[in-house]
Amino acid sequence: MGAERLCRVDELSGVAMTSPDPMKKKHKGLPLVSGGLVSMICECPPYRWAASRCYRWGLQGRSLTVMVPYLWLVLLFLAPFLIVVKISFSEIRIAIPPYAPLFEMIDGLYVQLNLHMANYQRLFHDDLYMHAYLSSLRIAVVSTVLTLLVGYPIAYGMARAPKSWRLPLLMLVILPFWTSFLIRVYAWIGILKTEGFLNMFLLWTGVIDEPLVILHTNIAVYIGIVYSYLPFMILPLYSSLEKMDHSLLEAAADLGCPPHKAFWKVTFPLSRPGIIAGCFLVFIPAVGEFVIPDLLGGSSTLMIGKTLWSEFFNNRDWPLASAAAVILLLLLVVPIVWFQRFQSNRSQLGE
Amino acid sequence: MIEANSQEHTVFAPWNEADKEPFVRIENVTKKFGNFVAIDNISLNIFEREFYALLGPSGCGKTTLLRMLAGFEIPTSGRIIIDGEDMSKVPPHKRPVNMMFQSYALFPHMTVEQNIAFGLKQDHLPKAEIADQVERMINLVKLNAFAKRKPEQLSGGQRQRVALARSLAKNPKMLLLDEPLGALDKKLREETQFELMNIQEKLGITFVIVTHDQEEAMTVSSRIAVMDSGTVAQVAPPAEIYEFPNSRKVADFIGDVNIFEGRVADVQADSAQILINASDVPVRTGRSVEAALGETVWVAVRPEKMIVSLNPPKNMTENVLKGEVWDIGYLGKLSVYHVRLQDKRMVTVAMTNRYRETEHTITWEDSVYVSWAPNASVVLMS
Ligand SMILES: Nc1ncnc2c1ncn2[C@@H]1O[C@H](COP(=O)(O)OP(=O)(O)OP(=O)(O)O)[C@@H](O)[C@H]1O
Ligand SMILES: [Mg+2]
Repeated sequence: MGAERLCRVDELSGVAMTSPDPMKKKHKGLPLVSGGLVSMICECPPYRWAASRCYRWGLQGRSLTVMVPYLWLVLLFLAPFLIVVKISFSEIRIAIPPYAPLFEMIDGLYVQLNLHMANYQRLFHDDLYMHAYLSSLRIAVVSTVLTLLVGYPIAYGMARAPKSWRLPLLMLVILPFWTSFLIRVYAWIGILKTEGFLNMFLLWTGVIDEPLVILHTNIAVYIGIVYSYLPFMILPLYSSLEKMDHSLLEAAADLGCPPHKAFWKVTFPLSRPGIIAGCFLVFIPAVGEFVIPDLLGGSSTLMIGKTLWSEFFNNRDWPLASAAAVILLLLLVVPIVWFQRFQSNRSQLGE
Repeated sequence: MIEANSQEHTVFAPWNEADKEPFVRIENVTKKFGNFVAIDNISLNIFEREFYALLGPSGCGKTTLLRMLAGFEIPTSGRIIIDGEDMSKVPPHKRPVNMMFQSYALFPHMTVEQNIAFGLKQDHLPKAEIADQVERMINLVKLNAFAKRKPEQLSGGQRQRVALARSLAKNPKMLLLDEPLGALDKKLREETQFELMNIQEKLGITFVIVTHDQEEAMTVSSRIAVMDSGTVAQVAPPAEIYEFPNSRKVADFIGDVNIFEGRVADVQADSAQILINASDVPVRTGRSVEAALGETVWVAVRPEKMIVSLNPPKNMTENVLKGEVWDIGYLGKLSVYHVRLQDKRMVTVAMTNRYRETEHTITWEDSVYVSWAPNASVVLMS
């Protein structure tokens, strides 16, 4: 905790702590920046103390900057995860908290480690959970593909739009975030239900004679996921498409490649980083999604997020829910690692 | 090499043959970007097998003209006819031309080989044939060691060579080169210029080359079109452009030149006399001028056609200026003298250093005479 605080101070001031006395550094190296806030921070005793302490530990501006993302990861990802892992190995109890401690003092002499494997056993032996995992993956894959199909043309259109239009279009993509996610998903109930807007409209135009049953089916879940995660697909796609040099398409045309072919040969491969990033940004949260299947899905919609939710809150079976969460995470780690490797291969190529 | 080339060019002059049909006809083409006129009513003819250079200052519309030939810009008005076909309705991928882009436009996700093969693949040639041609091109631009690299792993000059190879690979009827050699070092540039001329001779391709570098234009081209803010100032073979520029702009843009403003004092059948403002001594030209007596004209004299001497040149009553040596640039094979005339104007004279330095050398602040032969002076009407 202490180290983290120190590094925050350093980040704020923006002073590289290469000299044990930040005052010296300030007067020599930062004549312009070191007005106002920076100099105030530099001159206050806690900062000087922190800076000199950091220096003694071999921590300098550079290494601290490198450490920030790791600290972030440890604090916000690893620590909670370890707590979940811990709970997943304990036994359910009707108490507060609703699980048995992992370590127990026996006779004031021994510390006993109670690794309770039953939760995992149940996950593997009960078909319900396996089905929930597989069904989640399937729904996530299908909705990711659908999101890509919907998002790509939008991102492409945005990237090809006149420069002055791009920012407003980008704002429009982000705009839905201004309304609560929950409310927006609720709104879809109003649209999709039997006497909802969609059916009313279709009946009115005469396309259908009987209302469609969409709400409480997987189709409603797909619609909900595609709608909710579309911006996460569009933004990385847009940024990779917008970066693309238009003269590449001219070069392709010049070499005899008609526009539709040039799209597949040039534009599409060059937007691959955007496609991959977008797909991960949609796929990973979609696997664990529980609000959308809960509100829009039916009784037949099986998703691990929903199962987790009901284990946690309906059954108050924290250990089992934690075990389910750990397995879910392991399932997701595989594609993430693959993604990381892909990224580092690319950066090795210097892209 | 230059001699051989210019000799050939004296033979190759399709623009002088009355019944010769040009390969490219640019007819009254205007291109506007909004209200800005980038190309202003240009008409040009380019003949088959020509090495046609577009030369001009930055922003004068060279790239725009080239892009209209390639089909990336549509003329606001006027027509472009290539090989007898009106190009108005022909999209870029169906035109018989290839272009080398100023920014190279190499496909970043493809290796050097794949970049070069791209155009060939569009023609659905057999694989072996494509591989052969790619290899030939890679050899041509000497990139054998880099065939498997991606563009971002290459230096600027290497990328340029890939771009060149890619645009040559399809053996187009006409190749458009937008500053193809800008990023190469001098030696490689000269080699590539030579290579370009070889390729052009071998394949009979018509080349249109855009360049800033007038020396390059002089070396490679059969004709040069000097452009100036959207218009064409002069089209002529290199030697003619250099020796007989038709305006101050062209004279100034191609090589160094001394320009004197004056008035026509006398017109003969084979010469003319101009009274210049810079000196009391009149200037004699080696050709007659089509101007009225008293009309304002400009006399252009190239620095290398002038002589600096400490003593007044014998028997010369014209084409002599008196001045003081202001500055000397010693460039090895030649020295450049900046001579300040009495009215404080500067004249640049370039003289080959034929002898080793002696005690008679002209030096700073010497009072000197600058003189030239009548046929070295060119009269410009604008
Ligand atoms: N797409 C465009 N929109 C507006 N103006 C343009 C556009 N393309 C070119 N221009 C303008 O047209 C003029 C000619 O540009 P062009 O690129 O043809 O110049 P250039 O002669 O090739 O110059 P350089 O030697 O610097 O490459 C310039 O003033 C440029 O600003
Ligand atoms: Mg240009």
